[in-house]
Amino acid sequence: MLQFLLRRLGMVIPTFIGVSLFTFALIYLIPGDPITIMGGERGFGPEQRAELEAMLGLDKPIWQQYFIYLGNVLQGDLGTSYVTRQPVMSEFMSLFPATIELTVCAAIFAVITGLTLGILAAIKRGGLLDHTVMTISLTGYSMPIFWWALLLILLFSVNLGWTPVSGRLDVMYWVDEVTGFMLIDTLLSDEDGAFISALSHLVLPSIVLGTIPMAVIARMTRSSMLEVLGEDYIRTARAKGLSKRRIIVKHALRNALIPVITVMGLQVGLLLSGAILTETIFAWPGIGKWLIESIGRRDYPVVQGGLLLIATIIILVNLLVDLMYGVVNPRVRHSK
Amino acid sequence: MTMTSETQTTVRVPQTPFAEFWSYFIQNRGALIGLCFIVFIVFLAVFADFVAPHHPHEQFRDFILVPPAWAEGGNAQFWLGTDGVGRDILSRLIHGARLSLLIGLVIVSVSLVLGICLGLVAGFFGGFVDVAIMRFADILLSMPALLLAIAIVAILGPSIVNSGLALSLVYLPHYVRLTRASVLTEINKDYVISSRVAGAGALRLMFIVILPNCLAPLIVQATLGFSNAILDMAALGFLGLGAQPPLPEWGSMLATAREFIQSAWWVVTFPGLIILMTVLAFNLMGDGLRDALDPKLKQ
Repeated sequence: MLQFLLRRLGMVIPTFIGVSLFTFALIYLIPGDPITIMGGERGFGPEQRAELEAMLGLDKPIWQQYFIYLGNVLQGDLGTSYVTRQPVMSEFMSLFPATIELTVCAAIFAVITGLTLGILAAIKRGGLLDHTVMTISLTGYSMPIFWWALLLILLFSVNLGWTPVSGRLDVMYWVDEVTGFMLIDTLLSDEDGAFISALSHLVLPSIVLGTIPMAVIARMTRSSMLEVLGEDYIRTARAKGLSKRRIIVKHALRNALIPVITVMGLQVGLLLSGAILTETIFAWPGIGKWLIESIGRRDYPVVQGGLLLIATIIILVNLLVDLMYGVVNPRVRHSK
Repeated sequence: MTMTSETQTTVRVPQTPFAEFWSYFIQNRGALIGLCFIVFIVFLAVFADFVAPHHPHEQFRDFILVPPAWAEGGNAQFWLGTDGVGRDILSRLIHGARLSLLIGLVIVSVSLVLGICLGLVAGFFGGFVDVAIMRFADILLSMPALLLAIAIVAILGPSIVNSGLALSLVYLPHYVRLTRASVLTEINKDYVISSRVAGAGALRLMFIVILPNCLAPLIVQATLGFSNAILDMAALGFLGLGAQPPLPEWGSMLATAREFIQSAWWVVTFPGLIILMTVLAFNLMGDGLRDALDPKLKQ
C-alpha cells in the first residue's frame, strides 16, 4: 500500500510543476508586459518602471523568476489583483465556499438521481422505464448546460415564478457570514425564511450543474448493474431463495458500485469547470464567475492564481479518488 | 442439388470488412437516426446560401422580435421568428451549422493528426521520448477541457480561431493516449516483426504497418470528439470567448439572446435546441460506431 501511495504521489508532483509552469508562462505570453497592463492608460515613467521591475523581480533571469514564483505559490502568495488590490488568495478563499456549496449540492443531486435511475433501468431491463432512462441519460450527456439553465429559468422563474432568477439570497435578508456556506449561515442566523430563500436559490443551479454527471452516473450504474446481475453468485443468491430486494441491495449493488465510484470521482473536474458556466448564468458569486470576469478585465494575477488553484484542487481530488479506489480494489494497488 | 449448392455459396462468401461493419451499424436504430440527422445538417451547412431564406446578417428593421410563423403574431416570412435586431433566426441557424461543423472538423482533424503522430512516436520509440510525451499529455488531462480552453483563450484573446486552437490542444491528449495504447498492443505482433525483419524503416512501420490496425478506436473517439468540440465551442461562444458577434455561431447567438428571456422565448429556445440535437446525433453515431467496430462486443 505504501509503495502504491508513493508511486501515485510521485506522479502528482511533476503534474503540479507542469501546471505551475503553464500558469507562470501565462503572464509572459499575453500581449504587452505586466507593468504596462498595471499602469493602465496613464502608464509609468521610465524611473517608476525600473523601480516596479525591481520590486516585482522582473529584472531577474526568467528561470530565477519561476523559482521565486513557485516559492511564493507554495507559501500561499499568489500575487495581488490589479483591479481590487486584494491578495488573490484571500479573494479566492472568500469566494470558494459559494462554489463548494453549489458543486456539493449538484453532486448530491447527480448521485441520488443517477444511481436511482441507473438501478431502476437495470432491474427493468428492456422495458419502457429502461428506454426512458437511457433517453434521459443520452440527452443529459449531450446537453449544452448554459441553454438548459436558460430553459429552466424560463419555465420555473419567469413563467411559474417558483424560484429566483439569480444570486444566493434575497436582498431582504441579511445574514452574518460565519462559514461562507449560505445554507449553514442562514440556519445559524435568526432570520425567518432565510434558509428557505437560500435553498430556493440553490435548486436550479444545482440541477443544471448536476445534469451531465447525473447522466454519466445513470449510464454507468445501469451497465455495471447489468454486468453484476449476470454473475453466477447472483444466480446462487436467487437459488437460495433470497428476496429480490435483498439480492439487489446486498449482493448486486455493492459490487456494481465500484466502477461507479471511479466515474463519480472523475466528475469533480467536470463539476468545477461546469461551475464556470453555471455561475455566470445564475450570477452565483463563486470562483467560476470571478475567473471569467477577471479574464474580461485583464486582471491577470487573478486568472493565473485562480487557474492554478482550480487545477491543483482537481489534481488532489483525482489523487484522492485513485487512493480510495486502491483501498476498495486491491488489484489496482499491485498492477503497474 | 441446386438448392444445396446455392445455400453453400451464400454461406461461403465472406463479407467484406465494410459490409460486416455496416450490418452491425444499421442494427443500431439510434446510430442510424444520428447518421441521418448529421447528413441533413451537413446538407444544410454546405448549401446554406441556397437553403437559408435570408442573409444571416440582414436586419429587417420593421420585424424586430417577430414570433415564429405558427405562433400568434408570427410572419410566414420568418419561420422561426426574428431576433432583437430583426435578423431571421432560421437563416442564422443554417449558417451557424456551417460555422459549427467547419470548426468541429478543423478541431478534430488537427488534434487527431497531431495526436496520432505523437502517440505513434511515443509507443514506437518508448524510453525518454515516451515519458516526455505522456507526461505532457497527463498535464493537459489534469485540467478539465473547458477550463484549459478558457485559460488558453485568456492568453491569446477571444476569437473563433483562438478558441479553435485552444480546443484542438485540449483534445490532443485523448488521441495521443489511444494511439499509444493501440501501438503497444500491436508492436510485438508477428506481422510487425516480420516487416521489421524484411527491412521496413521506422516511418513505414509506424504509418503503413501499424497505424491501420489502430484506427478503430480513433474513429470512435473522433466522432465523439466532434460532439465535444461543438459543445465546448458553443460554451466558449456563450461566455463571449469564442465567436464574436455578428457571426451566427450557435453559442454566441444564445449569449445575445439572454436579455430577451422574459419577452421572446423563441430567441432563446432554437439555438440551444439545434446544439442539443447535433451533439446528440454525433453521440448516437459514436456509440453505434463503437459497438460496430469493437470486436469484443460482437457475438
